[in-house]
Amino acid sequence: MFKYTVKRLAQSLVTVLIVVTIVFLLLRMLPTDYYFTEEQLMKFTEQQKQEQLLAAGLLDPLPKQLFSFYGNLVQFDFGESRRIQNGVPVVKVIGDKFAISMKMGLISVGISVVVGVAIGILQARRKDKLADHIGTAYTIFVNAVPPLVSYSLILIFGSRVLGLPSMYSSRNVGPSSILPIVCLAMGSIAWWALWTRRYMIDEINKDYIKLARVKGLSTQKIMTKHVLRNAFVPLAQYLPASLLFTIGGSLLVERFFSVPGMGPLLTDAISRYDTNVVQTLVILYATLGVIGVFLGDILMMIIDPRIRLADKGGSR
Amino acid sequence: MAKEPILSAKDVEIQFSLRGRKLTAIRGCSLDLYEGETLAIVGESGSGKSVFTKSFIGMLDANGSITNGSITYNGVDISKYKTEKEWLTIRGKKIAMVMQDPMTSLNPLKKVGKQIEESIELHQGLKGEEAKKEAIEMLKKVGIPDPERRYNQYPHEFSGGMRQRVVIAIAVACRPQILICDEPTTALDVTIQAQILDLVRNLQSELHMTVIYITHDLGVVANVADRVAVMYAGQIVEYGLVNEIFYDAWHPYTWALLSALPQLGVKGHDLPSIEGTPPNLFNTIKGDAFAPRNKQALAIDFVKEPPFFSVSETHKAKTWYLDPRAPKIEQPEAVRRLRETMRERG
Repeated sequence: MFKYTVKRLAQSLVTVLIVVTIVFLLLRMLPTDYYFTEEQLMKFTEQQKQEQLLAAGLLDPLPKQLFSFYGNLVQFDFGESRRIQNGVPVVKVIGDKFAISMKMGLISVGISVVVGVAIGILQARRKDKLADHIGTAYTIFVNAVPPLVSYSLILIFGSRVLGLPSMYSSRNVGPSSILPIVCLAMGSIAWWALWTRRYMIDEINKDYIKLARVKGLSTQKIMTKHVLRNAFVPLAQYLPASLLFTIGGSLLVERFFSVPGMGPLLTDAISRYDTNVVQTLVILYATLGVIGVFLGDILMMIIDPRIRLADKGGSR
Repeated sequence: MAKEPILSAKDVEIQFSLRGRKLTAIRGCSLDLYEGETLAIVGESGSGKSVFTKSFIGMLDANGSITNGSITYNGVDISKYKTEKEWLTIRGKKIAMVMQDPMTSLNPLKKVGKQIEESIELHQGLKGEEAKKEAIEMLKKVGIPDPERRYNQYPHEFSGGMRQRVVIAIAVACRPQILICDEPTTALDVTIQAQILDLVRNLQSELHMTVIYITHDLGVVANVADRVAVMYAGQIVEYGLVNEIFYDAWHPYTWALLSALPQLGVKGHDLPSIEGTPPNLFNTIKGDAFAPRNKQALAIDFVKEPPFFSVSETHKAKTWYLDPRAPKIEQPEAVRRLRETMRERG
């Protein structure tokens, strides 16, 4: 078990290192003009630009730049933003936004896991009955209708009928977060319901459930003690990743409700060529992804004894 | 053998509805089960052996139901049971079942000991430490070495034979009166098969159980059974003591089965097989269901369903051959040869 964890951890680190390197090298291919703000570009002479670049170490040979970049990363120094907020450390630019996104995200993931799994269980228990069809219709609706359309419906319903604020405002955080959270949760509720239903039905049809019935267990007990637990194993793998990804925020939802979160930041940074911000965001997302998968695997290992024993190597 | 049967099925008919059509899987089966005996039900795939016995514990699939007849157990007609609650008074408690494939019959994520314990807690009212002790006792009883350590292991750490022992432990943990073994050895290799059959036999005498074997392996039947019932197309066509079936069978289907025994094959010759396929159970079957595959079928076989004729007190066969008016038909070569072998051996 320990060996497996260490192995997976090492693999994760290598993955992150590769991503970091590729991102860095790709961004170095941009013209050096983008290291200046629009204003600086107008004012500076060519001479001044060169001096600035030299001082910042940007004219050094690439391998040297790469290693000083690694060095900075180890000290969690991600550089400064150039164009979005000139001179402000990237960590700070991201930090404020990330708190907002994460808070909303965690609430919505919490809601969607609880509600989605509950719907999935209900659907599996009432397979091919009305409740199941309603659930499936919901899943199809969410997946088939473009998100902007369903967000608009929620917005109209929420603001006209329920009188909720249609725009996020930092002075009225609670009520103005409700609609964005509903929009965020809507999709993932469908996801959790879909897969919970699917894995439960898978389990229900397995032979060991037949044996459990023959044993004389009631349907209720079979569902809670056998089916649900086993069905949750494959789902558990995705839990850490979906929690972590909430930090990233949602581009669409945050734009739609003008939430000052992380979602729109990456596209802003890219369109304005703020290289340090782009670089940091990509590294952040990649690291979150890798950590999410890593934690998912570890979680699986903890709850599934078959994986736990795999690292004893053929001696089972 | 006690005269009063402990379980008695009368004219049981079981239908399944499939895409709006009715399939009659069991077409009027009667069977008496006596205390302490071992009854084997044989027949080819789809003959209804499993379905018939599953109906004793209410384990028919959701689209199937007992549409006629009765199953009397302990003086109660259990074929009228509808709710799960009613079935749970019997299922697992009085009548237990061992299923075919031990590889998939255990929950892969639960400790083996816990899975036995579940059954013990349910039926014997034991809790915690006591239940655990009993589960370990059961593991010992079914011949699993080092039961204390095995208790804490998961199914994937057991071999197929060992898993089947665990499944048997689960089944007998609640001291059932009747144990139904649905092809318990089909998925196992031959040496393990013999061990499992031995185990069931020992448990049977130790716990005073009545055992029903469902199998298509006549070798298993000869080994373990006191009585045999032969099923074809949803009906019992012949039943009797094991010797009567092996050495003095009268139904043409039983003959065909016996002739196909590999032990009777002659080197260099093809093993006889039964030509044709069983009838489609969606259709109404007229006359003797086996007639279309029987080369020596009588004209009446295609018109009228034969009743049971007695060969002896314990041996009945559902064939017109035994009618006094029927033309004289010899038992086939294979049956005679079997009988001679028996005589030679005394």
